[in-house]
Amino acid sequence: MIFADEPEAGHPLPQLPGHSSPGRLERVLRAGGFAITTELAPPDSADPEEVYKRARVFDGYADAINATDGSGANCHMSSLAVCALLTRIGYAPVMQISCRDKNRIAIQGDILGGAAMGVCNMLCLSGDGVQSGDHPQAKPVFDLDSLSLLEIGRTLRDESRFQSGRKITSAPRVFFGAAENPTVVPLEHRAMRLAKKVAAGAQFIQTQYVYDMDRLRAFMRGVEDLGLLDKVFILIGVGPFKTAKGAEWMRNNVPGMHVPDALIKRMAGAEDQAREGRQVCIDMIQEARSIKGVHGVHVMAYRQEESVAEIIDRSGVLEGRVPWYPDRDKNSDRKTS
Amino acid sequence: MYSVRRWSVRHAGGLNRVYNALENVLVALAPMFRAIGYERLERPMAFLERHVKGLLFDCKMCGQCVLSSTGMSCSMNCPKNLRNGPCGGVRANGNCEVKPEMRCVWVEAWTGAGRIKGGLDKIRVVQLPVDRRLEGRSSWLKVVRERTDPPKTEMKK
Repeated sequence: MIFADEPEAGHPLPQLPGHSSPGRLERVLRAGGFAITTELAPPDSADPEEVYKRARVFDGYADAINATDGSGANCHMSSLAVCALLTRIGYAPVMQISCRDKNRIAIQGDILGGAAMGVCNMLCLSGDGVQSGDHPQAKPVFDLDSLSLLEIGRTLRDESRFQSGRKITSAPRVFFGAAENPTVVPLEHRAMRLAKKVAAGAQFIQTQYVYDMDRLRAFMRGVEDLGLLDKVFILIGVGPFKTAKGAEWMRNNVPGMHVPDALIKRMAGAEDQAREGRQVCIDMIQEARSIKGVHGVHVMAYRQEESVAEIIDRSGVLEGRVPWYPDRDKNSDRKTS
Repeated sequence: MYSVRRWSVRHAGGLNRVYNALENVLVALAPMFRAIGYERLERPMAFLERHVKGLLFDCKMCGQCVLSSTGMSCSMNCPKNLRNGPCGGVRANGNCEVKPEMRCVWVEAWTGAGRIKGGLDKIRVVQLPVDRRLEGRSSWLKVVRERTDPPKTEMKK
């Protein structure tokens, strides 16, 4: 989809009536598109070119790029800075905000600063505990949790005031999101927790990795029963495994990962495990797409980011649509309908 | 104490009733509290609260207790201080991501909420950011004051 009012790269789109942001992701979702988001691992470097290099591998396949905020409690370039670099040349980043490292004073400042830099999407997270990262000796802040953060973000945007009540002069125009993990305990309450997030202000959801479609379907039925399907855009988190061993390692070591045995067996039995991993991911995307209330996928391919294009391409979910990237509209050899 | 804390969640229904009764008693005593002066009562009351709730719930004295909304499982025991949990990192056995030997505070909370009359409605309410100034202060006195002496700004029409 090419928007008729497509601005010069790096400038915001006009904000449509009923939209919270002038962003591309909200546009695609509200227009009924099956949205693709993906994840950029911020570099351990102060070189902006490293950010651009990492973004370019998704060109033509992602509607928005998440910049993680110290993911796994490891130190990297800040999400705010990565996002600001990306907006300069027109990409649509999703700024991740974790409650682990900053208190409400810093976070509200970042929301205003991010919005001023053209960041239209922000994902409100609690964050991994510091024990899982490279600085376990750090102080965990957790002044807010993801829900009170959503509430604060919405207050800034809709009521033009800080949590303290003090007025701001120009509200951040932001599409707010949150995460949810549909496949870990307590399973029976996960949909209800999503409802709380929607009540607190979540407009879109990017789930954690989902490898169990039965659990996902049960979760989505719960979401439907709570009457949430037309209140929130849900993007399912997926990602390829490189090897069966890697899948098993992730299951045992990454918090919140639920990987069924059958999937690990399928991986182990394949001749080319990396290829099988990508195929599993494609199958998941196609299956997720058939579930009512699923509006897109969030592809997390840490250390194999270059596989995202192939996975999305082979899944066919874009149906010929080419998400925006720098120079897209100058290229004549690609179909841009 | 961890074992007592878990016992409290198993008996969330009964404890919540005791708690409500206690609250009513304290509210009835409000005129006396007012005569003595709330600030003068702050320290002895906080001392009492710290020990009673410390024993039963491993209370962290946040000063703005929401136990009856969290199935009598104190959410400040969550290593991430989540007031609206659980997070996405709960282990398959229902234990904490950060402290693997500890049961997830929020798995306990949802279980406890099911044992309290109306508990599953209360746990659905979004808890707002904590006011860190209240840490170490008595939340019982705060409740009594709020119920008997609402802030003046709310009285204004």
